[in-house]
Amino acid sequence: MFVIDCPNCGSRDQSEFTYAGEAHIARPTESENMTDAEWAEFVFMRTNTKGLFAERWWHATGCRKFFNMLRNTATDEIHAVYRIGEKPPKVTANLPLTPAGESSIGSGNDAVKIMTRDEENAS
Amino acid sequence: MKRYSALELIRQGLGGHRGWDRVWRKPEPKPSYDAVIIGGGGHGLATAYYLAKLHGMTNIAVVEKGWIGGGNSGRNTTIIRSNYLFDESAAIYNHALDLWKGLGQELNFNIMMSHRGVLNLAHDEGEMRQLKRRVEANRLNGVDSEWLDAKEVKNFCPSINISGHIRYPVLGGTLQRSGGVNRHDGVVWGYARAADALGVDILQQTEVTGILTEAGEVTGIETTRGTIRTPKVASVTAGHTSVMANMLDIRLPVESHPLQALVSEPIKPILNCVVMSNAVHVYCSQSDKGELVIGAGIDAQLSYTQRGNLDIIEHQMASLMELFPIFSRLRMMRQWGGIVDVCPDASPIISKTPVKGFYVNGGWGTGGWKATPGSGHVFADLIAKDEPNRIAAPFAIDRFTTGALVAEHGAAAVAH
Ligand SMILES: Cc1cc2nc3c(=O)[nH]c(=O)nc-3n(C[C@H](O)[C@H](O)[C@H](O)COP(=O)(O)OP(=O)(O)OC[C@H]3O[C@@H](n4cnc5c(N)ncnc54)[C@H](O)[C@@H]3O)c2cc1C
Ligand SMILES: [Zn+2]
Repeated sequence: MFVIDCPNCGSRDQSEFTYAGEAHIARPTESENMTDAEWAEFVFMRTNTKGLFAERWWHATGCRKFFNMLRNTATDEIHAVYRIGEKPPKVTANLPLTPAGESSIGSGNDAVKIMTRDEENAS
Repeated sequence: MKRYSALELIRQGLGGHRGWDRVWRKPEPKPSYDAVIIGGGGHGLATAYYLAKLHGMTNIAVVEKGWIGGGNSGRNTTIIRSNYLFDESAAIYNHALDLWKGLGQELNFNIMMSHRGVLNLAHDEGEMRQLKRRVEANRLNGVDSEWLDAKEVKNFCPSINISGHIRYPVLGGTLQRSGGVNRHDGVVWGYARAADALGVDILQQTEVTGILTEAGEVTGIETTRGTIRTPKVASVTAGHTSVMANMLDIRLPVESHPLQALVSEPIKPILNCVVMSNAVHVYCSQSDKGELVIGAGIDAQLSYTQRGNLDIIEHQMASLMELFPIFSRLRMMRQWGGIVDVCPDASPIISKTPVKGFYVNGGWGTGGWKATPGSGHVFADLIAKDEPNRIAAPFAIDRFTTGALVAEHGAAAVAH
């Protein structure tokens, strides 16, 4: 269970929040001129990042405000919480060494050998 | 491939079981193949098997970053049914169901296929109407499906609680008698053994780290065990479908979420069928070992960790208690998560892509196990001919641009 630090209310249990998906997807301004492909991009296409990911959360049973969060989807570590309209801060995260790899902590995948950065450098 | 049989079992038993062959080889990667399949789950191995068997493509490899069946194939609750609402879904899931029926024989491997019946319960009038409509739609598509009232539900599944005194009483349900469960590992190993016997190389502990292209066409892959040349690359990586597509800057409408399941301690046979409920949100079956196999919905957040949150499990348990008070003192033994690739319309993607020679099979979300043979069968056809067949065509990526979605949320809310 995540403990999420709402920018307005402070630390609360995840069950108080509703997930609201990928952050920073701006609504198109000239929608009347958009092609079907551009609409598909806005409505459906998602980055689905493995690694550092900016996402929106809604404090549904608290202040009822939306905010952004920066989380490592390969480990579930929460790195930062910031307000709507702000840019994601720079952070360092324990990222997988390869696009589909597993990080050295936080993975429930026991089918792969997980290399740490030291092992990778040694090999 | 040495055939498995009762006689062979006795013969090997007399020899102390020392004479069995390896079930599949452990080859070194070749420098090049006619096609490479990324992902050694059920869908990837089925694709390889049908490519070799039906399309004569035997110089191919399946590349798997962990061990085969270590992804969702080894983590799912194996519910098999085809009672989906729309024609496109009925076509592919029924195609799979037909293949399941003879698969154990065909692969010469015991996949423990059990057509014990799948019940989908209704708990309010709206749901009742919707499920009855689905029964009629199923029948028009040749899918076996019938409506049972609450008493008939109880007759079919005696351990269920149909009392009117619970928060969401059981008002009735649909039954697909040909639905059921099977053994996930058996299917994976059976396909692997049969594909290997046809010459397919299965490369485990080999992760694809890049896809090579020249002038918009696939020319090979980079792996943790070196470069492999090939004109055709097919991604069947479930939760990692977007990660693969992102390597070629192809945008997909997929989001990856944890989906959890758990099993109880083993008990004597008590549950004779699969029971699913969308409204109270839980589903349950009993394995041949005697464990109750329980699951429900995804964790809300995007994640690749193959772990989920406890409140999801708690909710499933509460729902199970309401349907089966008799289970209340059972201990739960193991709990785990897989990463499912969810599409906005709850239907899969089986498609060519803008990059020639790169094919995608994914987006099966919470319910792709049941499709395994059908998915592999039609995907092999697409890879071999570079054109989708009638069953695969509606699941192309361009449906998100044209708007021709196959919106199966009604059939797939809890849905496995
Ligand atoms: C808990 C749970 C319960 C479920 N219950 C049901 C159910 O009851 N009924 C049902 O129909 N469906 C169910 N599903 C869904 C079902 O499991 C999946 O839709 C289906 O198994 C997907 O098959 P697959 O072969 O594509 O995926 P997987 O078995 O996940 O195979 C994909 C493989 O790709 C590999 N891979 C990923 N990236 C790379 C890379 N870079 N290089 C090499 N290999 C890579 C992975 O290691 C993995 O082995 C459930 C899923 C879960 C998690
Ligand atoms: Zn708040």
